Amino acid sequence: MRINIIGAGLAGLSAAITLAENGVKSNLISSMQSERAQSVMAEGGINACLNTMGEDDAVENHIEDTIRGGVNLADKSAVQGLCENAPEIVKNFYNLGVPFQTNENGIVQRNFGGQKKKRTAFVKSSTGKMLMTALIDAARRYEAEGIIKRYPHHVLQALHIQDNKCQGVTVTDTHTGDSISFFGSVILASGGMNGLFDGLTTGTTQNTADVTAMCLENGVELANLEFIQYHPTTIAIPGKRLLISEAARGEGGRLFVNRNGKPWYFMEEKYPELKNLMPRDVVSAEIVEVTSMPECENQVYLDMTGIDKKVWKTRLSDLREQVIHYLALDPMKKPIPVSPGIHYFMGGVWVDSEHHTSAENLYAAGECACQYHGANRLGGNSLLGAVYGGKIAALTAMKENGKQEVPAELKRVQSYSEVTPLFRNSVSQILGNHLKILRNEDDLNKALDELDLMQNKAANPAEIRLLGLAKATVNCALFRKESRGAHRRTDYPETNPDCQKQTIVKNTKVFFREINQL
Amino acid sequence: MKLTIDILRQKDSASVPYKQIIEFEALPEDTVATLLNKINASDDLRDINGNPVGIIHWQCSCLQKKCGACAMRINGTPALACDTKLSTCKRGKLSLEPLRKFPTVRDLIVDRSLMMDNLRSIHNWLEQTAHHSKKAAELSYDASRCLQCGCCLEVCPNFMPDGDFYGAAAFVPASRILAQLKKNNPQELTALYQKNIYGGCGKSLSCHNICPAGIDVEQKLSNANAIAVWKRFFSS
Ligand SMILES: Cc1cc2nc3c(=O)[nH]c(=O)nc-3n(C[C@H](O)[C@H](O)[C@H](O)COP(=O)(O)OP(=O)(O)OC[C@H]3O[C@@H](n4cnc5c(N)ncnc54)[C@H](O)[C@@H]3O)c2cc1C
Ligand code: SF4
Ligand code: SF4
Ligand code: FES
Repeated sequence: MRINIIGAGLAGLSAAITLAENGVKSNLISSMQSERAQSVMAEGGINACLNTMGEDDAVENHIEDTIRGGVNLADKSAVQGLCENAPEIVKNFYNLGVPFQTNENGIVQRNFGGQKKKRTAFVKSSTGKMLMTALIDAARRYEAEGIIKRYPHHVLQALHIQDNKCQGVTVTDTHTGDSISFFGSVILASGGMNGLFDGLTTGTTQNTADVTAMCLENGVELANLEFIQYHPTTIAIPGKRLLISEAARGEGGRLFVNRNGKPWYFMEEKYPELKNLMPRDVVSAEIVEVTSMPECENQVYLDMTGIDKKVWKTRLSDLREQVIHYLALDPMKKPIPVSPGIHYFMGGVWVDSEHHTSAENLYAAGECACQYHGANRLGGNSLLGAVYGGKIAALTAMKENGKQEVPAELKRVQSYSEVTPLFRNSVSQILGNHLKILRNEDDLNKALDELDLMQNKAANPAEIRLLGLAKATVNCALFRKESRGAHRRTDYPETNPDCQKQTIVKNTKVFFREINQL
Repeated sequence: MKLTIDILRQKDSASVPYKQIIEFEALPEDTVATLLNKINASDDLRDINGNPVGIIHWQCSCLQKKCGACAMRINGTPALACDTKLSTCKRGKLSLEPLRKFPTVRDLIVDRSLMMDNLRSIHNWLEQTAHHSKKAAELSYDASRCLQCGCCLEVCPNFMPDGDFYGAAAFVPASRILAQLKKNNPQELTALYQKNIYGGCGKSLSCHNICPAGIDVEQKLSNANAIAVWKRFFSS
């Protein structure tokens, strides 16, 4: 039986190719073709301990940095698999033709946040696009053979789950409006929940969060929704936040704020070891702090003027073009104003280390799943997590394929509905106003009240689901009465060892579960 | 600024397209993408004849010219909506139409599946471990940036949707694979390239300046020709 994959970014492609390599057929279903998936936007790089920079790096360091960066909330056995397989994954991309920069030892690596060694492989600031082109071309061969069947303008209309068993999906062809149903296992690879924060994220509008909302609606468990990564260096451009890649700081960019009229390189003073390359949760929170000090201006700058000309040319030329295009400022000559913006969702569909969700025959991988990153994701680990996770999900699904009971027919489903721009905008405003870098109970309760007022404005099933997911996210943030990683509560500023657990939300219930335990 | 927007609307693929004229207050620094979002988020907007505008269907994903979704004809030229500022509109006039070389799905959305089919039919994939070289690295980087937006096909005098010439949207990606082939292992692609690309291209290079990704299309064409046709492989 074909395995159904929802989403054709890195995670979906990795799953489809893994299945195809093992002779297993799949339906690769995505709202748009792969060239339009968020994965193409990834800039800075992909992590793997290749030890090519003469720094004595070891896989253990990668594991340790990932666990520490995630403030002890990631599943250690899963992280171990991720980091151990990373070198092979990067080498495979090289063999598929990704033009990584190389030196006499092999693939060159750059510094990235939260990591003590140079461990991030890259192609200028277009790493995601390069990885995607290589995988799209690799998948094409199996498409021509009929092993992978693409449905590239198809959205998920219904997940069929009965007695906690997934039986298949119904999808809508957005070009014709026709529905098609597929029996069989399902791998979700539908990306992060950008649709909860419309216009406020660095990512794509295509990741509407509808698939995750559908999971919640069907009683599939979600986890750690409160952990939302604010990237410290973004700029507002029409309709969204534009990311200034961490590569800028990896290559020597420095953050400062004007204090009493003089530049203060606050990260370097406060964190002498990792300086500007502290994990993102720390840098973003520091930006909030320094810009609220009376002696400081309300604006932080990223100073890249000290970066070597050669580095600009060989590693950051695309980043420079982007800044000049959108800010009309040359970052080689002048510091640029930056501020934190929503960038990544550590939480999502709960999965175990084999990428099972809480429902049978349903798997999830990539940014839609909650795996590997704990309370804060390290830059360069999510491309890796998407590729590795897609592969593991495929291997697990393959092992269990054909064993599931097949119903005679799938239940009838409601027709496809879409969230209207106006409704999405209202929900996003509420979440954006109250789920900030710093949160507290009053604010979160206000968010719930305001979301309640939206209830009677929800005019179709998609809007009802979105509202459900929005509330679940706020409820997770209320439930975790501590500060850890990307979740910072001004009313509970300390990290509480008793909360070193996953927040689970199932229907409307929220509870803690030990990590790596069902 | 006050804009007069002339949009070609179409309800679905079977309906007859019609023009709708809307007047809308917008900011010159806004892009066409932002404008469309604002129009779609306004309550009960009417056109100049008092008819409701409703949702204008169009596609976007990245909103920062990295995904090719939003390609459409803007003031008569194919371009990305997220990359076109309203300040470029002359005398406050803006015209929006779907790309013409592809079937219209609705309003500004077209079906570009054909481009995926074409890449499949020329076998655009590697059947071997990539051969890396400095020259190939630069070319691969630039070619791999192709957005599959279709702007190049829109202006190409030789590309027809039902023809067997596939245009820059095929030779740009093909040039990346060709550059990484080993001399003794030319793959099916080299033959298919001659048939579906080399033979049909008039080398007018209308496609070169239109590419919104700024890919050096001309260079990709000459490199791909050199490899596929003249067998000048990058590997020795
Ligand atoms: C600007 C930017 C820069 C980044 N840089 C880096 C970096 O340098 N390193 C790093 O490790 N990470 C980076 N990230 C994060 C990384 O890009 C993502 O986490 C990763 O690409 C996610 O891959 P994915 O396959 O899970 O999802 P995506 O690539 O987002 O793909 C999701 C897929 O699901 C489909 N889909 C969504 N909803 C539906 C639906 N309802 N029905 C059908 N299909 C649907 C979409 O069409 C798409 O095909 C960056 C992110 C951004 C935004
Ligand atoms: S060179 Fe001319 S004929 Fe050839 S693909 Fe470009 S526009 Fe078309
Ligand atoms: S070559 Fe340029 S214009 Fe043509 S599809 Fe690729 S990105 Fe678009
Ligand atoms: S929306 Fe991606 S290129 Fe315009």
